Formats: sequence, C-alpha cells, structure tokens
Amino acid sequence: MDILIAKYNYFAFIILMLIGLYGVLVKKNLIKKVIALTIFQTSIILFYVSTAVKKDSTIPIIDHHAMDHINVNDYANPLPQVLMLTAIVVGVATLGVALSLIQKIYREYGSIEENEVNDKIANMGEEL
Amino acid sequence: MKIISFIICALIGVLLISAAGDFPDFGDVNSPANTHLSSYYLENSIKQTDVPNVVSALLADYRGFDTMLETCVVLIAAVAIIFLLRRSGFDKDHLPLETSSFAFDNNLILQTTCRMLIPVMQLYALYVIIHGHHSPGGGFQGGVILGAVLILHSMVFGLKKSLSSITEIKQRFFNHLGVLIFALVGLTCLILGGNFLDYSQLSKILPVDPVYARSLGILFVEVGVAMTVMTVMFSIYADLSSSGEMDKGV
Repeated sequence: MDILIAKYNYFAFIILMLIGLYGVLVKKNLIKKVIALTIFQTSIILFYVSTAVKKDSTIPIIDHHAMDHINVNDYANPLPQVLMLTAIVVGVATLGVALSLIQKIYREYGSIEENEVNDKIANMGEEL
Repeated sequence: MKIISFIICALIGVLLISAAGDFPDFGDVNSPANTHLSSYYLENSIKQTDVPNVVSALLADYRGFDTMLETCVVLIAAVAIIFLLRRSGFDKDHLPLETSSFAFDNNLILQTTCRMLIPVMQLYALYVIIHGHHSPGGGFQGGVILGAVLILHSMVFGLKKSLSSITEIKQRFFNHLGVLIFALVGLTCLILGGNFLDYSQLSKILPVDPVYARSLGILFVEVGVAMTVMTVMFSIYADLSSSGEMDKGV
C-alpha cells in the first residue's frame, strides 16, 4: 500500500500504456490503431514529465530576485520537459503522416479495416 | 486473438507494476533524474545565457543540435505528407473519399468573430515566441498557435481563400526558411571560430557581450522554429482536409 501511495504516478502510466498497447494489438480499424498509439505516446510523455516533478517546486524559470542564491530544489527539473516539448511537436507531425497514410490506403483499397485491406491485397495477388 | 492480446497486456502490466516499486517516489528531490545534470543547468544557465527560462535555454542552446534535427523531422513529415497526398488534375469520378460540401461561405457571425480574433491570436503567438526567454513559451508553442490561426482562417473563410494568400509555394518556402535560419545561425558561429550553434561567438558581429549573444542566438533560432512549425501545421491540415486536392477543406 505504501508503494501505491508514494508511486501512484507510475501506475497511471502503466494503465494508460496498456490501454494503448491493447488497442494497437486488437483494434482492426486503422484510425483506432492510431488513437491507441497516441494514447501510448501520451503515457510516455506523462512519465517523463512526472520524473521532473519535485515536491514544493515551481516552474523552471529563475526568479529575477533570487539569481545570486539559486536553490535547485525550488525549481522543477527542466531536462525532461525540454525532451517532451520537442517530442509532442514531432508526435503531432508524425500523427499527420499516419493519418495521410490511412487516407492513401482508403483511396487505394476503399477501406480502413485492417482485415479487409489484407483480403484485398491477397485477392490482387491471385489476380496477378 | 483478443484473449491472447489481453494476456500479453496483463503480463506486461504485472512486470511493469512489479518494477515500479524500484522507481523513485513521486516528487522525490533526490531521484537520479533530478540530480546530476539538471541541477547544473538550473544553477548555471542564467549566468551562461542570461535567459531566466531554463527550458528555453536548454532547448535552443545546450540541446540546440537536438532541436534543430527535431525541426528537420517536422519538416520531413510535412514533405512526406505532400508526397503521399498531393495531387492535381485527376479524374474526380474515381474518388472514393467524399470531401465535405458543407461550407461556411456566408456565415456572418463566424467570419466577423474570426476577423476580430485572428489578429489578437497572432499577437499573442508573437508574444509567446518573443517572451519565451522570461515566461513559459518559445518557438514550438508560438508556432503552433500561429498554425492554429491559419487553420481557423481556412475553416471559417474556406481553404481556397487561405491558400490564395498563403500559397503552397509560400508554405514550402517558410517550411524550409525556418530550418535554414536555424542552420545558418549555427553556421555563422562555426565561421566565427566557435563550435556549431555556439551562440557566444555572435558577439563578434553583434554589439553585445558573449553572454547576451547567447540569449540573442536563442531568439533567432526560436523564430526559425516558429516559422517552420507554423507552416508545417497549416500544410498538414491543408493536405489532410482536402485529401491532397487543395480545393476545399472541411
């Protein structure tokens, strides 16, 4: 029980991550797969940001009045925040690529259900 | 299939939960992530770069290379989407994807509201970019707000009208110009005798001291990042919403 209280953040990511993983494995609809992948990604981002948290700390912007005596424990850890800042933007851009790939698949096969697309590809092979 | 997947997920969950006990507590100031390097940044970034927002200083200065290549990834994503979807002069009868015919052409309330909102939003985005040194913000965030403004404009006034002012050529130009500004700032530092992206070298051509030159260098590259992110967001939207035809959006 102590573990659950002291480390509750990790359990939140594990649950989110497993939801994402299950969705990627089970869902046949490609859009739903992308949504699941985004949930997975969000859990990782949350995990990184939560490692930056310090108890009773504020955002990592140095106070103008306290520049001479900086107490490191007053400010949250900036490093994971920087890593995730870029990861979010790149995540949005790659999400765009994923959606455009799905649009292309729909244009080509008339469906975004994975099994239907697979059947169509198999039929095309027989025709050739 | 569902049962097997569920068992796999459950197994991974059990493994992760049993491993979670070894992680540092939430908010622990002495965890490995919060000691070592990050305290160096917190203590020294204000002295070395004159930027109070440590995240901005880290993003554009200490980890400048990372940020430059992340901007390149954003650019490459936009180029990939253009290659995947963009098309013109094709047979429209064979198009399985119906583009929405619901247009806001004459919606006076929406258009008037957006006319008032868009300048304010753009001004705020510029504030987020420029004031990223002293408050939460920076190139990525401001660029995304600017991109959202363009998307809002094209949703309300129609994609065609947006594209008549922000043509595809301009989108491509600003996509690349942002990365180019970033790389050229780095290259200038290299030519002036320092390392790539060592902004303190800019003090040799700007009338400021090396510490403030690093602050200015961060501003330059943030502007570049914002340009790329803004037009990439809009070009992704334009391609996706019109399925590559660029005639009418959502």
